[in-house]
Amino acid sequence: MTENIKIPTVSDLAAQDKTPEVLFWVGCAGSFDDRAKRVTVAFVKILNAVNVDFAVLGNEESCSGDPARRAGNEFLFQMQAMSNIQVLNGYNIKKIVTACPHCFNTLKNEYPELGGNYEVIHHTTFLQQLINDGKIKLKEGGSFKGKKITYHDSCYIGRANNIYEAPREVLASLDADLVEMKRCRTTGLCCGAGGAQMFKEPEHGKKDINIERTEEALATGATTIAVACPFCMTMMNDGVKNKEKESEVKVKDIAELIAEGQGL
Amino acid sequence: MEILQQIVFVLVLASASFVIRKRVLRIKANIHLGKPNDIKDHPNERLKNVLLIAFGQQKMFKKITPAVLHFFIYAGFLIINLEVLEFIIDGIVGTHRVFAPFLGGLYPVLMNLFEFLAVAVLIACVCFLVRRNVTKVERFQSPEIKGWAKLDANLILTIEIVLMAAILTMNASDQLLQSREPHHYVSTGSIFFSSFLTPIFSNLSTPALIFIERFAWWFHIIGILGFTVYVTYSKHLHIFLAFPNTYYSNLEQKGHVKNMPIVTNEVKSMLGLPSETAATTEPGRFGAKDINDLTWNVLMSAYSCTECGRCTSECPANLTGKKLSPRKIMMDTRDRMEEVGRSLEAGGAGLNDGKFLLGDYITKEEINACTSCNACVEACPVLINPLEIILELRRYVAMEESGAPAQWNAVFQNIETNFAPWKFAPSDRFNWAKEIK
Repeated sequence: MTENIKIPTVSDLAAQDKTPEVLFWVGCAGSFDDRAKRVTVAFVKILNAVNVDFAVLGNEESCSGDPARRAGNEFLFQMQAMSNIQVLNGYNIKKIVTACPHCFNTLKNEYPELGGNYEVIHHTTFLQQLINDGKIKLKEGGSFKGKKITYHDSCYIGRANNIYEAPREVLASLDADLVEMKRCRTTGLCCGAGGAQMFKEPEHGKKDINIERTEEALATGATTIAVACPFCMTMMNDGVKNKEKESEVKVKDIAELIAEGQGL
Repeated sequence: MEILQQIVFVLVLASASFVIRKRVLRIKANIHLGKPNDIKDHPNERLKNVLLIAFGQQKMFKKITPAVLHFFIYAGFLIINLEVLEFIIDGIVGTHRVFAPFLGGLYPVLMNLFEFLAVAVLIACVCFLVRRNVTKVERFQSPEIKGWAKLDANLILTIEIVLMAAILTMNASDQLLQSREPHHYVSTGSIFFSSFLTPIFSNLSTPALIFIERFAWWFHIIGILGFTVYVTYSKHLHIFLAFPNTYYSNLEQKGHVKNMPIVTNEVKSMLGLPSETAATTEPGRFGAKDINDLTWNVLMSAYSCTECGRCTSECPANLTGKKLSPRKIMMDTRDRMEEVGRSLEAGGAGLNDGKFLLGDYITKEEINACTSCNACVEACPVLINPLEIILELRRYVAMEESGAPAQWNAVFQNIETNFAPWKFAPSDRFNWAKEIK
């Protein structure tokens, strides 16, 4: 299997005069964070298994600028955005899929007014489309049957972009027992990492946000906390470890769950 | 005697109008301390927001109990005001129930409707007072809802209860007078709710009844006018400004942060790209330090806030004990506008009083706690966006003061040199592909 996994870069394809149908934007977390890298790999395996004509930017990728903009450094954000747009436009990229809701939001909503116009899809929506098109078929009574899964809404795909159902539909296809937290969908509680909080210590308070959210997730009795964002992944993982529940409760990205379900 | 009442009425009406006009102009001037922002796009979508969200109260109904209670007060406000029109004509012309002869059989129906609403408003206001002061709903107990903010809320509810009681008293005494002096008092037929009150007054003499009817009439109309003046100083201003606020609210996806074209121009010239507009003359500040750095529609939204605290009760930072409260962001913006406005009115320094929204009202600790999760934006029943103010203040801190938290400055440096928020070599970015086992 391993030898068969192809991860073409856009520049390789360009050398052959080809453009990928869809660019997989990996993001900084997906490239450098050890836990998030496993999600990147899972997603790449799925893309391979269903023969998607994709490529990655490899070393030509760069931070989308999201944390810079949210932390107030508009210059840095626009520098990043505009150099990324130069690269993307240079390769004539039309469609982008990403597993990071922050990159997704920035590329989709904030690049157009700076000259970058692409069809940007979050990987949960992309997976939902693959399932709907019958390209991913999940076996009935698979390994998830009867398992309790709760889904933690990422703010940047949920409230920020009104995507609430795609991740849930993907999870429903796993034949698992999907249980909701008290605060979900439009009232979903943030994991605590958005708005560049991922990169600094929280301000003084009586509790960390990820602990509050983890307690809520654990209260559902779910054995899997499904996430769709690398930052949520870190925060929920830290929360589960803090509660010393890591042996019973797993935090998994939706792409990992699908890859598992496919035996990839 | 009649003519004296008319003169007094006209004088009262004129002075109330004068004060209200002065306040409206002050508020307008305060709002226009903000930066211009030409909002002319998508008029249909904007109108739809006004109809659904302000007029239709759509977002209120996420919390059903306060939504129903609020709806009674809202409907009462809209419909009972038709009766105020009759009050004003009666007051100026010296008539009594001027609409009755014209409306015939419809008049008693309307009177019953008004009374039903008056009773509904009264009950709703009592329930709201109980929620605030007895059962102590949590979002009304925050530190920013102490002092004036708490008094303001209780005053509004109490004034509304008293005004509604005056209508019922007036109708009750009027019904008794109709039976005693049918020539002077036009018949309204029996009005359901106030007829329960008539036994209280039935033993009184006719002059006493006339006094009570007149007193209740004057009390109600002066009360309404006085309340209108009061509203312009109060959070209750939302009854008017919720409508334009929903019209001018943000139509973009919530995740979109407003672009800074001035930065776009500079970055384009740095990258050697052609920029669309020539560099503007006066760039002003980057981001916001004071109210005049925010756009007028943001300032108007601060006047539209009724301090319900739905934003704060959903804020993850606030819920976990951080200092940030989105409601306080809006209240501070409004308080700063009022302060500058008062100073300007008194011929003072206005914006140049040495104070700023950032620092004197909102602290860095508050804005640094925001996760930009949009829970506050989602929660607001009238589409106010506290996040926009927070991000504008952060822009000022980061770009004008270089005063962002040290860990953010490190992130900026990493992005500049390594093109990632962490300190990894850019040449290692694609290493994950080699690690596939």
